[in-house]
Amino acid sequence: MSESSLSAPELVVLPRRRFLRRSAWTQPLGLVGLALLVAIVLMAVLAPWLSAHGPIEQGARRFMAPSAEHWFGTDQLGRDVFARVIYGARVSLPYALQLVIMASVIGTIAGAIAGYFGGWIDGVIMRAADLVMAFPDIILAMAVVAALGPGLFNAVLAVVVVSWPIYARVVRSMLLTIRDEPYVQSSRLLGVSSARALWVDVRPNVVGPLIVLAALEFGHAVLILAGLSFLGLGAQPPAPEWGSMVSDGSKYFDKWWLSVFPGLAILLVVLAANFVGDTLRDALDPRTAKAFR
Amino acid sequence: MSYLRTSWYALPNLLRFVLRRLFVGVLLCLGVTLISFILTQVVPGDPVSANLGDRAASDPVIVAVFRERYGLDKPLPEQYALYLQRLVQGDLGESQQTHRPVTTDLGQYLPATIELASAAMILALVFGIALGVIAAIKRDGWPDQLIRIISLAGVSVPTFWLALVTLYVFFFKLGIAPGVGRLNPGGKAPPAITNMFTIDSLLTGQWATFSTAISHIVLPALVLAIYTVGSITRFTRAAMLESLNQDYVRSARAKGLPERTVILRHAMRPALAAIVTVAGMAFGRMLSGTVLVESVFSWPGIGQYAYKSALALDLRAIMGVSLVVAVIYIVVNMAVDLIYALIDPRIRLG
Repeated sequence: MSESSLSAPELVVLPRRRFLRRSAWTQPLGLVGLALLVAIVLMAVLAPWLSAHGPIEQGARRFMAPSAEHWFGTDQLGRDVFARVIYGARVSLPYALQLVIMASVIGTIAGAIAGYFGGWIDGVIMRAADLVMAFPDIILAMAVVAALGPGLFNAVLAVVVVSWPIYARVVRSMLLTIRDEPYVQSSRLLGVSSARALWVDVRPNVVGPLIVLAALEFGHAVLILAGLSFLGLGAQPPAPEWGSMVSDGSKYFDKWWLSVFPGLAILLVVLAANFVGDTLRDALDPRTAKAFR
Repeated sequence: MSYLRTSWYALPNLLRFVLRRLFVGVLLCLGVTLISFILTQVVPGDPVSANLGDRAASDPVIVAVFRERYGLDKPLPEQYALYLQRLVQGDLGESQQTHRPVTTDLGQYLPATIELASAAMILALVFGIALGVIAAIKRDGWPDQLIRIISLAGVSVPTFWLALVTLYVFFFKLGIAPGVGRLNPGGKAPPAITNMFTIDSLLTGQWATFSTAISHIVLPALVLAIYTVGSITRFTRAAMLESLNQDYVRSARAKGLPERTVILRHAMRPALAAIVTVAGMAFGRMLSGTVLVESVFSWPGIGQYAYKSALALDLRAIMGVSLVVAVIYIVVNMAVDLIYALIDPRIRLG
C-alpha cells in the first residue's frame, strides 16, 4: 500500500487502443438512462409550453391537492407544483453541469501535472487531494458557502472545492503509465514541450475515461447541490429548485405533494445519470475501469 | 543520518508500517487544521466586522484592541501557530449561535451521531454484503440485474427526501414507526455513560428505554444506510467475482467441497478484508450524510448542529464539525489500515 493509504490502493492503469470493450449502446440500463436524460433535457427546454402556469405565478388557492387542473397540486403560496418541478430542471441541470465542468477541468489539470512531472510536485498535489478527501464533502461545502454567502453559484464553487480530487486521482493514475509509452517518449526526444506532449499525445487517451467519470459525477453533483439547497444554502426563494422545494414541503408535513414530486425529479435525474455512467464504466476496458473504484 | 536509516530498516516490518502510518495520519490531521484555518481566518474577508458590531467596528481604538487580542495584527504563519495552539488546548472558538464553546457543543452532540452512524453502518454492511454476494453468485442472471438496479437506486436517492417520505409513510400514515427524536416526547434519558442511549440503557438494564431507543433509531439508520448499501453491494460483488476466479477456489471445488463452504469460507475471506477498507471510507461519508438525515429526524447530533450553524452562517461551529469529522475519518481509516495489515501480511511489503 502506498504512503497515501487513506484512499484505496493506487491502481496502475494500462492504456489501450480500444476504449470501449463491448458496445454501451446494446445495454438496456444505459439506454433507459439515456432516454430519461434526453426527456429531462427536453422538459427543461420546453418548460413554457409544457406547463400552463409559471414557476413563481401565485394565482391558485394554497395547498390544493393534486387534481386535473394542478397535476402536482399547489404549494403554500398557491403556486403550481407541476410548473415548479418542470422549471426546476432549468435550475438543477445547468448548475450541476457547470459544477462537473469546473471540477473536471481543475482536477484534470492538477492530476495531469502531478502524474506527468512526478516527484515533489506530484507529492504536493496528491497530498492536497488526500486532505480535501478527508473532509466530509457536504459539511466542508457548507463551511465554504457559509464563508462566501448562500446562493447556488457559491454552492457550486464550494462543491468544486471538494470534488476536484477524484478527477485528479483518476487522471494521475492514467498519466503515470502513459507518460512512459514509447510514443510519448519519442515526441519528447524530438524536442516537443511538456505542455504539447500532454495535449497531443496524452489527452486522447484520457478523454474517454474522463467522460465516464464525469457522467458518474454528474448525478452526485445534482444530489449535493439539491442537498445544499435543502439546507437553505443553495438556491434562494423564490427560485424553483428541487432541493429547496423538498425543504418547503418538510414544513407542511401532511401536504405530501409539496416534497414528493420535486424529490422524485431529483431521483430520476440522478438515477438516469448513474445508469448511463455505470453502463459506460462497464464498457470501459476492464483495466482502465479499475481506476474508478 | 545513515545510522537512523539503518536502525529504521532494522525494525520489524509491521512496526515500520505502523509507525509510518501513524506519521502520515498525524501529518494529515495537521493538514486538515491548515485547511480549516484558511477557511475560518482568511476567507471570510474581515473578521473584525464579522465579530464586532457596526458601532464598535467604526471605533479605531476598539478595532486595534480586538486585532491585538486575537493576534490579527501578526503575520499569517504566526496566526496559524496561534490557531494551532488554541486547537491543541481544545479551543475551537465560540459558537455565535449557542454562545458556548464549540468544543462543549460538539461533546454534547457527537455521541448521538456516532450512535446513529454506527447503527447505519451495521445495517449497510449486513445488507450490502448479502446483496453483493448474491449478485456475484448469480452473475448476469436476473438477481444480479435486480440488485444492480437496487444498488444504483441506493446511491441515487436524495437522502433528505427519502427521510421525509419514510417518516410520512411509516409514522404519519401507517403509525408503525415512532416519531422524530431519540426517545418519545418527555421520555427520560438513561444515566449518561457513553451518551449513546441504546448502549447506556443496555448497560443499566433499563429495558423499556432500550426498546424505545432502538425503535427510534431504526428508521433514520435505515435511511442513512441506503447510500452505503449501494456502494458496499457493488464493491462486494466486484471483490467476490475476483476471488471466485482464483485458483484456490477452483481447487476447493475440485476437492468436492460443498458450494456453500467454497463461497463462505474460501471466497468470502479475501473479499471481506477488502470490504473492511471500503467500510472505513464509507463511515466518513456517513458522518457527513448525517447532516441531511438528522435535520429531518430531529436527531440531536453534530449533523443537525452543523445544519443550524450553517443557517446562522456560524462558521466556527461548522468548521469545528468538519474538523472533528475529518479527524474521525483519518483515525478510522488508519485503524482500518492497521487491522488490515495485521490480518494480511502481503500489505506490509514495500
